[in-house]
Amino acid sequence: MAAKSNLTNMALVLTAVCLVCAAILGVVYVVTEEPIAAAAAAEAQASIAKVLPEGGEISEELTSDAEGVDGYYVQTDGEGAVCAYAVKSTTGGFGGPVTLMVGVLPDGTVFNTSVLSHTETPGLGAKCTEEKSHFREQWKGFKGKLAVTKDGGDIDAITASTITSRAYTKAVAQAVALVKSLEE
Amino acid sequence: MSKFSLITKGLLKENPTFVLVLGMCPTLATTTSAMNGLEMGLATMFVLILSNIVISLIAPVVPDKVHIPVYIVVIATFVTVLQLLMQAFTPDVYKTLGLFIPLIVVNCIILGRAEAFANKNGVWDSALDGIGIGLGFTLSLTVIGIVREILGSGSIFGWKFITGDGILAFVMAPGAFLVLGYLMVLFNKLAKK
Repeated sequence: MAAKSNLTNMALVLTAVCLVCAAILGVVYVVTEEPIAAAAAAEAQASIAKVLPEGGEISEELTSDAEGVDGYYVQTDGEGAVCAYAVKSTTGGFGGPVTLMVGVLPDGTVFNTSVLSHTETPGLGAKCTEEKSHFREQWKGFKGKLAVTKDGGDIDAITASTITSRAYTKAVAQAVALVKSLEE
Repeated sequence: MSKFSLITKGLLKENPTFVLVLGMCPTLATTTSAMNGLEMGLATMFVLILSNIVISLIAPVVPDKVHIPVYIVVIATFVTVLQLLMQAFTPDVYKTLGLFIPLIVVNCIILGRAEAFANKNGVWDSALDGIGIGLGFTLSLTVIGIVREILGSGSIFGWKFITGDGILAFVMAPGAFLVLGYLMVLFNKLAKK
């Protein structure tokens, strides 16, 4: 069975095991570094493309000081005229930060939205990620009052998830506010 | 003990979830749907098999007083490898389970099997033990996931058979305890026969 312990063999075995493990991790890290970066970039690209009209050119990420805005992208047609903006917007939800990608047309109309990350309750607030749901569909082309119906706005909240719905609405409102300030 | 019974004992007699009652944290947390349970089970099985193999190989030369740190380093290495591989090649699965993958390190099933089996047995038997216990864990998690998904969301493996919501409590923590408890009773009643 296990070898008898003394200071020398304990130090040797622990060092050897740690060295071998570190080497394995180093190799795996190097091998997976590129695919991980590619997957993250592809996901970011896909989430931007999803909330914008088709075609046109999308700029690099731009930064803004506006509240809750992590960054935004401008979509232009061939001649440099602005078609739409994609804004990465974060608010506090029920279980933690909710980060959205919001596509906004220059006149302030919401084109489409998508969820980048969230920690809402599964089965309740997490329903905001279901793309075919009424909650998500109503954002397409939305230009009414940006608040849930309970607060006197035009957004139907997710059943039993008013806090998540409010957070979502606020994130969209932040994006729209940024676009309006950019267009001025 | 025959080679075959090494695998089957993980499913029934030493089922990690319903009989040994090990690894409850991932069991309760990740079984919100059948697919999540299945994926978490498979991820744990991957780590369990590899750590069992390596630990059975190095056990004879590891001094007794440092065997726990050595095993933990080995297990943590495999978990990190798994995490990096998932992040790189199955980003969608990683998105749902990512939070729980590092927790496999402290899953008592893995250290438990290293202590109770792999450090006293050969490589081949330890690998089979890993497969058996891993399958038992995967199966248990999937069953809990199926029950919770049917009751909580009205769907099976994402395929929805009712419109609207299920019984929301079953998707949340209380439902996890309830389903686990009732399934444990049922399992032990059937297994006794």
